[in-house]
Amino acid sequence: MQLTVNGTAHEVDAEDDMPLLWVLRDELGITGPKYGCGIAQCGACTVMVDGVAVRSCQLALGDVDGEVTTIEGLGTPEALHVVQAAWVQHQVAQCGYCQSGQIVQAASLLDLNPEPTDAQIDAAMSGNLCRCGTYPRIRAAVRTAANKLQGA
Amino acid sequence: MGRIKTIARRSFLIGSVAIAGGVAFGIYAYKREGKNPLLDTLAPGEASFNPYVKVDANGVTLITPRADVGQGAYSIQAHLIAEEMDVDLATVRIDPGPPSAVYYNGVVGIEAMPIAATSETFLANTGRGAADVAGKFLGLQLTGGSTTVPDMFDRLRHAGAVARATLIAAAAEQTGLPADQLRTDMGAVVLPDGVRLEYADLAATAAEIEPVQEVTLKDPSDWKYLGKPQQRTDILAKSTGTQTYGIDMVMDGMVYATTRTNPAQGGAIRGFDASTAKERRGVKAVLPITGGVAVIADNTWRAFQAAAEVKCDWDDAPYIGDSDKQFAAVAAAFDPARQDSRFRDEGDVDAAFEAAAEVIEAEYRIPYLAHAPLEPMSAMVLLAEGRLDIWTGTQIPRFMQANAAKRAGLEAENVHVHVLMSGGSFGRRLEDDYVLQAVEIAMQLPDVPIKMVWSREEDFTHDFPRPLAMSRARGTVSDGKIAAYDLAVAAPSTAESQMARLGQPVMGPDMAIVQSTWDQPFAIPDYRVTGYRVPAMVPVSSWRSVGASGNGFLHECFIDELCLAAGADPLEERLRLCSHDVSRKVLEAVGEMSGWGSEMAQGRGRGLAFVLAFGVPVAQVIEVTDVEGAIRIDKVFVAADVGRVIDPVNFEAQVSGGVIFGLGHAMNCELTYKNGVPQQDNYHAYEGMRLYQCPEVVVRGLENGTEIRGIGEPGVPPSAPALANAIFAATGSRIRTLPLSHSVRFV
Repeated sequence: MQLTVNGTAHEVDAEDDMPLLWVLRDELGITGPKYGCGIAQCGACTVMVDGVAVRSCQLALGDVDGEVTTIEGLGTPEALHVVQAAWVQHQVAQCGYCQSGQIVQAASLLDLNPEPTDAQIDAAMSGNLCRCGTYPRIRAAVRTAANKLQGA
Repeated sequence: MGRIKTIARRSFLIGSVAIAGGVAFGIYAYKREGKNPLLDTLAPGEASFNPYVKVDANGVTLITPRADVGQGAYSIQAHLIAEEMDVDLATVRIDPGPPSAVYYNGVVGIEAMPIAATSETFLANTGRGAADVAGKFLGLQLTGGSTTVPDMFDRLRHAGAVARATLIAAAAEQTGLPADQLRTDMGAVVLPDGVRLEYADLAATAAEIEPVQEVTLKDPSDWKYLGKPQQRTDILAKSTGTQTYGIDMVMDGMVYATTRTNPAQGGAIRGFDASTAKERRGVKAVLPITGGVAVIADNTWRAFQAAAEVKCDWDDAPYIGDSDKQFAAVAAAFDPARQDSRFRDEGDVDAAFEAAAEVIEAEYRIPYLAHAPLEPMSAMVLLAEGRLDIWTGTQIPRFMQANAAKRAGLEAENVHVHVLMSGGSFGRRLEDDYVLQAVEIAMQLPDVPIKMVWSREEDFTHDFPRPLAMSRARGTVSDGKIAAYDLAVAAPSTAESQMARLGQPVMGPDMAIVQSTWDQPFAIPDYRVTGYRVPAMVPVSSWRSVGASGNGFLHECFIDELCLAAGADPLEERLRLCSHDVSRKVLEAVGEMSGWGSEMAQGRGRGLAFVLAFGVPVAQVIEVTDVEGAIRIDKVFVAADVGRVIDPVNFEAQVSGGVIFGLGHAMNCELTYKNGVPQQDNYHAYEGMRLYQCPEVVVRGLENGTEIRGIGEPGVPPSAPALANAIFAATGSRIRTLPLSHSVRFV
């Protein structure tokens, strides 16, 4: 079937029930989305489908009904997305393994709600597990990105 | 002095893993210069002045041999070299280097010796020196014990200075100008007329001259990077999904593999039926490996699906397999026959208890804990033409090389370990079991690159957890003061289990059983700490802050109990008892930061804990609120003294991360066992902390200590006791068992 990822169309030959995560990682070689749990408990695999954050380990290929954006599609080291820039500014990452998912989740939150309250940030980001304990800097980076988006 | 004599008698010979090897080899080998492994790889025109710096026509490569598992070790090591070498880190390559004895860890052995970090006696310092000798003898290349900065602080700055001086000498030779008229500036030697000779362009000349060894390190007041906020060298990659972890490695022609072994760790497999699994799409083979099977496929998910379908007949667990029986075994170890250590025995606690009107007693227990780093164990291996290549994240590249060679029947020199970034570890990557599985697959499937990835369930059930433990504490108070404290800790030995897998001799007491209990800087008149060794059960390993991770809870909650029994303020009483100036200042700082002693509203409480671990005194005050019967953690204040803060940004990250790691596990996490199988096999049952539960964490770094220390671990141990003490202050409920979620709900 056809799958559009980060603006590029791919022809994919895989089972309908293969999770999108493994299509991205092992069939297309897009390794920004990470495998952490396989049961939607950690959020490391988070990508956007038509701008909405989803856990790609739980979305079957056959159920993907829109364009997929991964961390690589948000921005690059040379041209950072505003959320990525906030993540760099606050030096959020430690091991960094969860951060692809955290950043995509935050970008999706700010797309849908450009002025989130602290409680809304907490609610939106609590499905993404960080074992290193970077949560205080995640909160700060989301606020910075939100302010930037509002031109503050 | 009595304690130090005991050390001399018992421990220099038998007290630690490292020393056991060190004494056996004699002093000759130590004095020889370590061989620079980079010299074997140099092409014409490439120069290497020491094991940490390589320069060629394309630029500068810095070797950072301590593993980065998230703690920022690569970045810190690169900054230490760059400070003296005068290079721009944006323009250099950073490489972990090959496994080599020259990258030995000279201080990690200290934690295996009964030397209190606060002791400055001749014998204590001699023992510390012996750790360096032993580490060098053994070529102990290991990342852990918060040792990267203390071990590398001088070594890497010196390496940078030698490189810079040698490049200046090369420029002098190339230009005919005297060296003292040359200076350097961010990757170039600058001539008196301002002309810049880039280091890369000096490589060919530098390769022909002897490295300049007479160097003077900069005065700290001249530092450009150190002591100032640094940008982590990996921050761009880790913010853009472009960091390559072990699990992301890709090679032409590779196949995907996963393993499924007995969920009782180390148990055997009696037989298996893979007939339907083999029929699944993309499955190439189902192979037997030690304790289970490996599935080879053309996609990781297809391998996972097929592995789940293999019908396996597991043998029984080779250890006591049920939680209640495991704790019964721990309780049974409080027996003189199982005494492992008694490194603190001051005054006469037995007489104190005889004379006391009341003896306060309590029993505490802590569970097994999984490391569960977010990147599951994985490795890429290729066995071809008598050469084995391994790409993975690891803290023990030389042990891995030796163990993989043994497994594959090769000489170690034919095993090449390429270290990749780890997506967390918390001690898990001090083990090489996952790589040995991949090697077993490669032996049956040579000439093909194999990427082996574990499922999360496989990762949880095949961890080597932090051991469970119990304490029995007794104490007395009089005149509003703590008078006597007798702490007994019983736990299985981490060193015995872990070091056996690394092929190292283990003798003498295990310091982890009593880490951060016997050596705390409190002058209680009658004070005794005894360690009891529980017979080996579940194979166990080091978990972030090792023995201190649980012992802080055991030691500090009971201190709190005694303070309250005495009617003493927990901070005032600790300050009164404190026998170490650096620690006292840490306690005073956290008191000032938190407004200790000020009024709190009804239903709120604050708790204090202090733990000295890995030479770093850390004090925490935690504020909680009782929200209709549930606990909310509001704020954490932390003060820690590492002697010198090398990067304030990463310091804050490591301390606050350590606090959150410690709190999350204290709140929510345990591994319980049934028939030898951990009952928590994914994050739904082992969450740690979630963002909504995360308190504000306020960190202050102090620099009163005389030694420079590492901070990856010391933030962890005081978290659990500070939280439990705060919950008591808010609710009056004293919780003596972890996780706390058995007793309270958190919001």
